[in-house]
Amino acid sequence: MRHLLTTAGMSREDAVHILDTAAQMAATQDREIRKLPTLRGKTVVNLFFEDSTRTRISFEAAAKRLSADVINFSAKGSSVSKGESLKDTALTLQAMGADAVVVRHWASGAAELLATSGWIHGSVVNAGDGTHQHPTQALLDAYTIRKHLVGGDANGAQADGKGLDGLRVAIVGDILHSRVAGSNGYLLNTLGAKVTVVAPPTLLPVGIAARPELEVFYTLDEALSAHEFDAIMMLRVQRERMTGAAFFPSPEEYTRMYGLDAARMKRLPEHAIIMHPGPMNRGLEISAEAADAANSVIVEQVANGVAVRMAALYLLLAGEEAAE
Amino acid sequence: MTGTILGAPEISRAITRIAHEIVERNNGAADVVLLGIPTRGLPLAYRLADALAGIDSAFSPAERTGSLDITMHRDDLHRQPTRAIGVTTLPAAGLDDATVVLVDDVFHTGRTIRAALDAISDLGRPRVVQLAVLVDRGHRELPIRADFVGKNIPTSRSERVDVRLAEIDGEDAVVLRQGEDA
Repeated sequence: MRHLLTTAGMSREDAVHILDTAAQMAATQDREIRKLPTLRGKTVVNLFFEDSTRTRISFEAAAKRLSADVINFSAKGSSVSKGESLKDTALTLQAMGADAVVVRHWASGAAELLATSGWIHGSVVNAGDGTHQHPTQALLDAYTIRKHLVGGDANGAQADGKGLDGLRVAIVGDILHSRVAGSNGYLLNTLGAKVTVVAPPTLLPVGIAARPELEVFYTLDEALSAHEFDAIMMLRVQRERMTGAAFFPSPEEYTRMYGLDAARMKRLPEHAIIMHPGPMNRGLEISAEAADAANSVIVEQVANGVAVRMAALYLLLAGEEAAE
Repeated sequence: MTGTILGAPEISRAITRIAHEIVERNNGAADVVLLGIPTRGLPLAYRLADALAGIDSAFSPAERTGSLDITMHRDDLHRQPTRAIGVTTLPAAGLDDATVVLVDDVFHTGRTIRAALDAISDLGRPRVVQLAVLVDRGHRELPIRADFVGKNIPTSRSERVDVRLAEIDGEDAVVLRQGEDA
């Protein structure tokens, strides 16, 4: 593995290998000393052109637990605000000797550009590019689903080597702007799960109905009547990306049609888990009752995120290919 | 000298003898924790645990045997293709103040054991760490020695020692082969 840019086209074998590695990484995080010497001497740069709390901290924690040096670079207060281009920023990082660059950018395709341009020699990890892809989030979602619903062992140890075959996952909300949905749609499908997307027509990307592996519903109630979901993933309504157009009449109406409240929660099977990539708009797409429910795994997703990102950094940086 | 060095009966006798030596050295096996290094150290650790239980009834194989993966502590990670990470399982009682016996199949450069010692220090503080190996083939690159050795096999660096165990390979044998590059 040279870069981690997208889940589209990722083989099932690679995806399962990342999840298995993450499981071993998670096991090391229960120990008294959680730091491993594995990536000693490697430098990981977090290059964030867009605000982020949990993804940046998660990558930083993952790199530090593996003893890599971490340099944080955020566009705010940097030379980017003085007009520096992505290329010049990348060349600067290359000169500093970055072994891996974790990049978040508001433009779709920024990570791909960074990886293929030849500006930097290190590995590129896409930590979210515009409305396109966010592969480590999808991997941590898949890891969380597998840990809870495959194998039956509390530590998920029995799940090694397995995918998510036969499980049905609902992704609800702002599909149009969601890179989380973009990555999950491909990855969950690759791992054998059936994916149902639920959204108002205005928040669906053009052409999604033509993708045979995805089933589309326009209200949450219809979807809940049609299937017994094993996992339901609520997406944040991304108001910062909804400039210049009205996507739904009012927040109240959105909540009424697409919000996960107590009544809809009761219609889920008992074993179903409730997920949210965060940050949550409590009261909009998810009620406090659902967010804090016993079968909500939202906080656990954050912990799993560190393990998955440790796995990704290990697989990208530990082998000899990284030394080229 | 190439070919099969040890067969199933010899391997079995070596394990029984090592078990007796462990009990003798530690005045019983009550505090002993066996940690097998995957892949082939692990089944050896379980066999050794059964042998210990046969000698000292105070030793409980299920509660006193674990697996120690050393991949993330290796010093040659950047020279090889990315390695898959194995499983580490520890006895519920942990390693603090225990007599830890590391179990591996072939003792060669000593680098694996160096990594294992680092891994152990991240997991707890045993009272003492000892090393049991089925085969010692020499060519140490670090000042590390084994406490319990099944068989010393003088080798040249170009030769390969393959340990085959029934749990993994379907048969018990230690085979010495000429290396491909020799």
